[in-house]
Amino acid sequence: MTHSQIDAIIDRYEGKESSILAILQDIQAKEKYLPKETLEHVGERLRIPINKIYRIATFYRAFSLTPRGQHEIVVCLGTACHVRGGQRIIDQFTMELGIRSGETTSDRKFTLETVNCLGVCAAGPVVAIDGQYFGKMSSIKVEDTLKKFRPDKSDKKERLNGKD
Amino acid sequence: MIPFVIDGQSVEGKEGGSILEVALDAGIDIPHLCYHESVKPYGACRLCLVEVVRGGRSRMTTSCTYSVMEGIEVFTHTEKVLRARRMIIELILAMCPGDKLIQDMAKEMGVNQVRFKQEDKDCILCGLCGRICEEVVGANAIQFAFRGDRREMIPPFQGEAMSCIACGACVVACPVDVIRMKEQGDERTIIRWKRTLKMKQCKICGNYFAPWFQLEKFREHAKLPKDFFDVCYTCRT
Amino acid sequence: MGKISSPEELERYQNEILSKRDPHQPCVTVCGGTGCHASGCHQVIDAFKRVLQDQSKGNGINIRVTGCHGFCERGPLVVIYPQKILYQRVKPEDARTIFEETILNGKVIESLLYDHPTTGKRIVHEEEVPFYQKQMRIIFGNNGSIDPTRIEDYLAVGGYRALAKALSSMHPDQIIQEVKKANLRGRGGGGFPAGVKWETCRNAPGDIRYVICNADEGDPGAYMDRSLLEGNPHSVLEGMIIGAYAIGAHEGYVYVRNEYPLAVVNIGIAIQQARELGLLGKNILGSKFDFDVQISRGGGAFVCGESTALMASLEGNVGEPRAKHIHTVVSGLWDRPSNLNNVETWANVPVIIERGADWYTQIGTEGSKGTKIFSLVGKVNNTGLVEVPMGITLREIVYDIGGGIPGGKKFKAVQTGGPSGGCIPESLIDLPVDFDRLTEVGSMMGSGGMIVMDESTCMVDVAKYFTNFLKDESCGKCTSCREGTKRMHEILTEITEGRGKPEHIDLLEELGWVTAEASLCALGGTAPNPVLSTIRYFREEYQEHIINKRCPAKVCRTLLQYRILSDVCTMCGRCAKVCPVKAITGKKKTKKEAGEPFQIDTEKCIKCGMCFETCKFEAVEVH
Repeated sequence: MTHSQIDAIIDRYEGKESSILAILQDIQAKEKYLPKETLEHVGERLRIPINKIYRIATFYRAFSLTPRGQHEIVVCLGTACHVRGGQRIIDQFTMELGIRSGETTSDRKFTLETVNCLGVCAAGPVVAIDGQYFGKMSSIKVEDTLKKFRPDKSDKKERLNGKD
Repeated sequence: MIPFVIDGQSVEGKEGGSILEVALDAGIDIPHLCYHESVKPYGACRLCLVEVVRGGRSRMTTSCTYSVMEGIEVFTHTEKVLRARRMIIELILAMCPGDKLIQDMAKEMGVNQVRFKQEDKDCILCGLCGRICEEVVGANAIQFAFRGDRREMIPPFQGEAMSCIACGACVVACPVDVIRMKEQGDERTIIRWKRTLKMKQCKICGNYFAPWFQLEKFREHAKLPKDFFDVCYTCRT
Repeated sequence: MGKISSPEELERYQNEILSKRDPHQPCVTVCGGTGCHASGCHQVIDAFKRVLQDQSKGNGINIRVTGCHGFCERGPLVVIYPQKILYQRVKPEDARTIFEETILNGKVIESLLYDHPTTGKRIVHEEEVPFYQKQMRIIFGNNGSIDPTRIEDYLAVGGYRALAKALSSMHPDQIIQEVKKANLRGRGGGGFPAGVKWETCRNAPGDIRYVICNADEGDPGAYMDRSLLEGNPHSVLEGMIIGAYAIGAHEGYVYVRNEYPLAVVNIGIAIQQARELGLLGKNILGSKFDFDVQISRGGGAFVCGESTALMASLEGNVGEPRAKHIHTVVSGLWDRPSNLNNVETWANVPVIIERGADWYTQIGTEGSKGTKIFSLVGKVNNTGLVEVPMGITLREIVYDIGGGIPGGKKFKAVQTGGPSGGCIPESLIDLPVDFDRLTEVGSMMGSGGMIVMDESTCMVDVAKYFTNFLKDESCGKCTSCREGTKRMHEILTEITEGRGKPEHIDLLEELGWVTAEASLCALGGTAPNPVLSTIRYFREEYQEHIINKRCPAKVCRTLLQYRILSDVCTMCGRCAKVCPVKAITGKKKTKKEAGEPFQIDTEKCIKCGMCFETCKFEAVEVH
């Protein structure tokens, strides 16, 4: 992100220090993560020491300091979804993609995340991929759902050496 | 001065002062880890718990964050307080079993066993290093990052603490002595923050007396001439 | 329409809007709430739009996309006005049929009607559906009639009348007295009397004060605030303006969870439209009262639902709570008096002002007046959002409104209050729901999440789930909370993985005690509730895990064993195909070969359950 692009975001909030959260959210939305150089520039403009910015960036789950994948898979682990078997769904995605929650595949295609409640409890267990909701998920449906986002992938699954 | 009572003893404190400050001044022993007179009270370790009776109601609270108030009655060694403190020191010991201070405090409180799986951390997350760096030194080199059980005190981006001036305040302040500083030749390193700085040599005595980076920061901040720190503090006097 | 400059002008404008609306005009109302969105309501909406465009008779028929109707289980939901016919599970292809049969010919389509699960009877009108019958939707009811992006809809149902009344005929003290008389208790979880809070804030020294709306609904399984903000944002705004007037605040904030993008958008539109009509800003309705509101988004931290942490976040810091020896109503945001209330609490204010505290106090129990919106989710037939009068029993909610447990399974417990609450067992199912009664039995009202659990839910696993949540969400400052939740989770993991020891239960209770007593804020303060309440009511289940290394609900995977019943196995081979670790062997039955029953190698089995889910013949047994 160029300095002028960052400045445009900062100026939208009149350069107020208390708007740091909103500024970081806008940057995250655009870049899909918070690059170090961008944070340094924000710190300089707002006169906030970089250690405080780092603290904020790591405290809030909305932010990622590493680039997110092309497709973001969010598995709801709210209580209602958990009680309907949400844990198995996440384990199935882990088996299919070879990554754990919070991680991104090495080809940067998928990021797997959990969220504490999407607020779609009636359709639980729920998975949201790129903002699209998939309700009434089950372990069996995971592979087919993923096919929509990786049509070229063969049937061969990546496994975590049989260990969940 | 505001009068109140601790363990039956009449005491007084300045407006805005904390119960803990007054207690320590009066020689009353309340264990504490994250309190230091040079920085604002934080209330992280939870060891300084006391029971405060105010308006007929009693509540257990940290004495470092409770401002003195007229007419309150403070109890520092009730059953409840002791039970809580024991569990807390046991939890800290389970986190940092190798820290000598914690071992000693635990023994003193009568905690002889740790019923939890022992970890091998050394930092007790009291935050004193970061707080002193921010409030006293103004270098803002380190801060807490992450949250919950992943909380830790680290330099930004987990690399070298680029704003650290290697003054050593954190080394002195750390209650469990896990921040170490070493000097070798013309270099000073704060090991925990991966910060090595070259030292400046005094023109007169030839000693390495302070890091270049630190002196430059002071010079800029105080708008001093370029050769101001060419002579060390000792030689100047 | 420019800025409305007096209550009389507001009334004239409302009448004008109403006069342009023909109540007999057919209107297709589609629920656009997030639950229905996940069921595909947008395709249904598009289908209707296409049908109406094609037809010349389509002129004059409105489509209204509203907020959540609450009956999420049966979405997408369509209500046809003026008859108020409720169609459920509507598909895009039904749009044409509905248009031709119902709208043009007045005929009801049986197959789209709600069918009673036991009698099979088809019910035509919304209010006759059992799900809605025992509800009292004084706050949530308007969702079905309002397009949240059009302020005119809110005005058409009488919106902002309460504000007009308050500004023109009530003194701030009178408003506070009315709210106190109504005994409105905070709907966010604390249950603190709102009127008392407002009064303390008003009387606190200082020139600048703030009102804040806490929309950081973090309890997993609770989505009432979301649906209120998305579906009827003006009701919340109106409450805030009245509150600000009563308290003497000129600035307000709505702090919304960042996981609710639609809510952020809709409240933004509402604020914009309110400003355009002069209902926000300077000299509101000519009263000389100035007030405006800003939206602030959360960053994904449950702890920011706690008032001091929320304010720290608004100030641009991490959400670390601070001690409340001095309350936030006296010294809060930027050390100024700040009144924070939950979304639902604010939404109750216009109702109280318009209809009066005397009317309001007729609803509810002695200690808890009014209604409460609950998200009824989990193992229940009619999942959705329900608004009920305080004092209704759990049995009525779960069975009469919720329709009981699916699959004929046995009810086991209801979890209320989210991670700060506890589980209520079957023996207490006739408990009247009110703030104090729920706290007495070891749970709490919380924000309104109500999770129904059946015999296939493991209570130890539920406790583990909540401690996992809490240890991740804890800000980490206090040793007692950070280490307490971490160690409780550790012990519960040991128990659910077959390494439980008899002394673990006592240790959990002790850890629970210190976490609650020694921690700074309510996150730590209520963290042990899920653990302690499950130990209180389901101790035998814990014992089964610890002593017999058995999980009666068949949830804790390490304690399970998967087995194929050879006499039931049809040798189709599907299980072996889906097994990720190739632990199933056998011979497929074909035309030429007899086949051999399939078997699971228990050494290799990772208990993922894929074989169990795949087998169509129930040949896989779990024990």
